[in-house]
Amino acid sequence: MINIQSLTFSYRKNKPLFENLQLRLEAGHIYGLLGKNGAGKSTLLKQMAGLLFPDSGTCEVMGYPSAKRQPAFLREIFLVPEEFYLPKVSVKRYVGTYAPFYPNFDEGAFYKYLKEFEIPKDQQLTEMSYGQKKKVLISFALATNTKVLIMDEPTNGLDIPSKSQFRKVIAAAVSEEKCIVISTHQVRDLDNLIDSIVIIDGHKIIFREDVQTVTDKLSFKTVSRIEESTDILFADSNLRGHTIITRNAGNEQSKIDMELLFNAILTNHKPIQEIFN
Amino acid sequence: MEFKDTQAIYIQIADYICEQILLTKWQPEERIPSVRELAVSLEVNPNTVMRTCELLQQQEIIYNKRGIGYFISADAMKKIKQFKKDTFISNELPSFFRSMYLLDLDLDELKPHFEKFKKSNFN
Repeated sequence: MINIQSLTFSYRKNKPLFENLQLRLEAGHIYGLLGKNGAGKSTLLKQMAGLLFPDSGTCEVMGYPSAKRQPAFLREIFLVPEEFYLPKVSVKRYVGTYAPFYPNFDEGAFYKYLKEFEIPKDQQLTEMSYGQKKKVLISFALATNTKVLIMDEPTNGLDIPSKSQFRKVIAAAVSEEKCIVISTHQVRDLDNLIDSIVIIDGHKIIFREDVQTVTDKLSFKTVSRIEESTDILFADSNLRGHTIITRNAGNEQSKIDMELLFNAILTNHKPIQEIFN
Repeated sequence: MEFKDTQAIYIQIADYICEQILLTKWQPEERIPSVRELAVSLEVNPNTVMRTCELLQQQEIIYNKRGIGYFISADAMKKIKQFKKDTFISNELPSFFRSMYLLDLDLDELKPHFEKFKKSNFN
């Protein structure tokens, strides 16, 4: 679905953000894009959406080079950015103006999402709070039914009940034909939805695995004492004890701890990557 | 549903479904909610629920009617008990046996404890 080959990009000369970056994403999945501040998550999402162009290399989405911004590509992709501008119009007017660009737009679904998020549909967009605007944009994004849906920090600014509503609507939106990419720092908001993890660091994608493969190969557990015999790949100690990652020798079925995995990959990348090769 | 951090989500969902059956909230030969419905109500990825259904199908607790959905097997109760027995033996018994071994406890010694436990809890 999304195929990035040897992507090199920089905002400034001699300060490359991406160098020879490779990434392939398939339909039918929800990818969680993780990375430190400034690692290039948002930039990579904008490359996919055709809002930034590669210096060299290619970024293809559904076979279209995204930089060409062909209409057939644009009508099948939607990006919910972290920072956005909504015009001073009503919800209805907004839909009337922007929905025609998306041939599979489902107006009924849009108003259903708004209702779930408890957004009044007669209000002016500019009179809404940041969180409310975000919910309008998320509802619109889901209603476009595009094959590629990209969201940059979607749970930022959402209140507690809306996070649960957000998870419900995303779970309902998944399909075999759709590729959903979500960048986030709040992994705990979404860790039961994300089924594949992509980690970006140091100009490259340094990790990309299915959650199922991760838990087949690694064990995540909390222990009160670290025994010397255990071969620990990463440990984080707190008052409750030690949360550790070890190699999954048997058939342990542990629950992935994405924050722990992220920290582990950033600090102890090589031995962990070798387990997956 | 509140998920624990200690076990894979797809197994926790399998336990949840088994519990509904054991509590007779869901009856044999009834259709269970669809993968999508379960995913939405549990706020998880539908692929995770698919994995749960594959596991339960393998254990013959549910079966698939093509194009309609998953149904609860006629002898689901029996199968669940068998399945739970297997997981108990492979997951919980080893650490139990380890303690017995370390404490020099004999199986026969435990018998009166077990009888007493049954009497005080399940009579």
